[in-house]
Amino acid sequence: MAQNTYSPVNNLMPVDSSLRRRYFVGRWLRYLALAIVLALAIILLIPIVWMLLGSFKIQRVALAYPPELIPSNPVLDNWERLLINRPSMRWLLNSFVVAGGIAFFGVVTSTCAGYAFGKKQFPGRTICFWLILMTMMLPRQIYMIPLFVLMKNFGWFNSYQGMVAPYLVYPFGVFLMRQYMQSIPDELLEAAKMDGASEIQLFRHIILPLSRPAIGAIAIFAFMAGWNDYLWQLVMATDELWLTLPVGVAKLTASGVGSIDIGVGMAGATFAFIPMLLIFLLFQNYFIKGITVGALKG
Amino acid sequence: MLASFGKRVWDGRWGYIFIAPAMIPFVIFTGYPLVQGLLLSFYKAGVNRDKWKYIGLKNYTNLLTRDPVFPTAIKNTFLFVLGVVPAAMIICLFVAVLIYPLSQRKQSFFRAAFYMPVVSAGVVLAMVWVYIYSQEYGLLNYIFESFGLLNLLNEGEKIGWLAQTDTALLSLAIVVLSWSLGQPLILFLAGLGAIPETLYDAAKIDGANSWQSFWKITLPLLRPTMLFVLVVLTIAVFQVFVVVQLMTLGGPANATQTIVFRIWVTGIVGAKFGYASAMAVILLAIVSVLAIIQFKLLDRQVT
Repeated sequence: MAQNTYSPVNNLMPVDSSLRRRYFVGRWLRYLALAIVLALAIILLIPIVWMLLGSFKIQRVALAYPPELIPSNPVLDNWERLLINRPSMRWLLNSFVVAGGIAFFGVVTSTCAGYAFGKKQFPGRTICFWLILMTMMLPRQIYMIPLFVLMKNFGWFNSYQGMVAPYLVYPFGVFLMRQYMQSIPDELLEAAKMDGASEIQLFRHIILPLSRPAIGAIAIFAFMAGWNDYLWQLVMATDELWLTLPVGVAKLTASGVGSIDIGVGMAGATFAFIPMLLIFLLFQNYFIKGITVGALKG
Repeated sequence: MLASFGKRVWDGRWGYIFIAPAMIPFVIFTGYPLVQGLLLSFYKAGVNRDKWKYIGLKNYTNLLTRDPVFPTAIKNTFLFVLGVVPAAMIICLFVAVLIYPLSQRKQSFFRAAFYMPVVSAGVVLAMVWVYIYSQEYGLLNYIFESFGLLNLLNEGEKIGWLAQTDTALLSLAIVVLSWSLGQPLILFLAGLGAIPETLYDAAKIDGANSWQSFWKITLPLLRPTMLFVLVVLTIAVFQVFVVVQLMTLGGPANATQTIVFRIWVTGIVGAKFGYASAMAVILLAIVSVLAIIQFKLLDRQVT
């Protein structure tokens, strides 16, 4: 990256654009364009609102045409059936364990490997890094079938380890960490070594604290990737108790195509949406940092 | 020579120790299955391991010449990519340039709105959109009717968005598009932030109007970001699965079959491991070629 000089460290800082006011077109044209953008934003939010409203509709209302935009007589039946008649709390727990596990291991492996790739010299470094980088670009479905056979041999269907194991390494995290490590000055490590720090101490007391922002971004992204890893979880969980939240709620409507229970489906979809929404609202800045850090180049 | 190599290995021992936690699971859960998949694609392989049989290239020839669905699935996957990726890039570029000059607060509102579908994830959106697209009681038909569009398009009849071969694929593509906007938008905004303001000042002094500075400064300098977005989006859209599995199951009349959906149906549901692996290898080949092309582009632009 010759012309773009921002380093990963700079990139983790909040971008302040409030100082820049730059318009490419005339005022009225700009208002018109902004109106279009606003409309687009609203269109993107409509399904989410519609889902929330739908979760309070009894079947008769949900199937009404013309649809009742605001349910005239909102009910909690759907939520009751979702939360009491279905093991939805267990699904929530499963999702948290799986996504949390993926985030935890993703952070551990990314930090260690990123440090080695960014700061250590050893034969085979480049090839190992490229191997991992390549899989970042590969759709996982390419090796889903052999992985499925492998899991079958391990007897890991309906288990947390089966859903987490393929994600112990988070290639994007390794990539991001390596970039980040390269931005840590060598002198810092040299100085610590002079003072007699061991490799482990160096890693624990210098590398780890310095890489906290990158760790945050990786944790969030790995968690989100784990939470949304619908296909693999669908493959691994056959027992109702082992479904994750997205897979579980998807089965609410997918079973019995003839008589779809829309209200429960919408309640389930809302229920699956809420945890991610909360995480997004809490860690919004990490999301943005994580996304932009990924775009920097080596 | 050998001794010096040994010394380099020994000196790098901490490197090996630190990559071990990543490399060991990587070999077991990524490397091994990748190789295994390649081998499996030459076998007739089902649930019973004793009956696995080497059949050479037969899986491939069957896939490409005799399979009634797979060529359609390839075509549909490409249609998804060719539709969603450019649309997402153009929309995001348009939106980014427009909201960039806004105040931080307004900008965050738009960013959050566009990112919301990414947060809510495929499953949730697919379920809602099935409801919205419904022919008898869907919101979309109601909106179209209210604006008189049903009269215009379908002689007043309600449209079965997911049930008609001519609208199903487009309907799914719109859902995929809706969650493909958040990430590029944030990237473009960051890319705009990295363009030095002095360039625009200089252009102004030289008498360039704002339209010219957009074409001559903004676009060229956003190019690295655009190429990055292109690569990421293409790979993401190639994996389209959730919408198909939850909204149409590949129908009507195979109009929405995709490669990954076929892999799932054939390999997981149908337990034809060999045949499905051949599909996966074809997917790998396509994605690799695209990745190489895009990397070449990136290289030329970036270094």
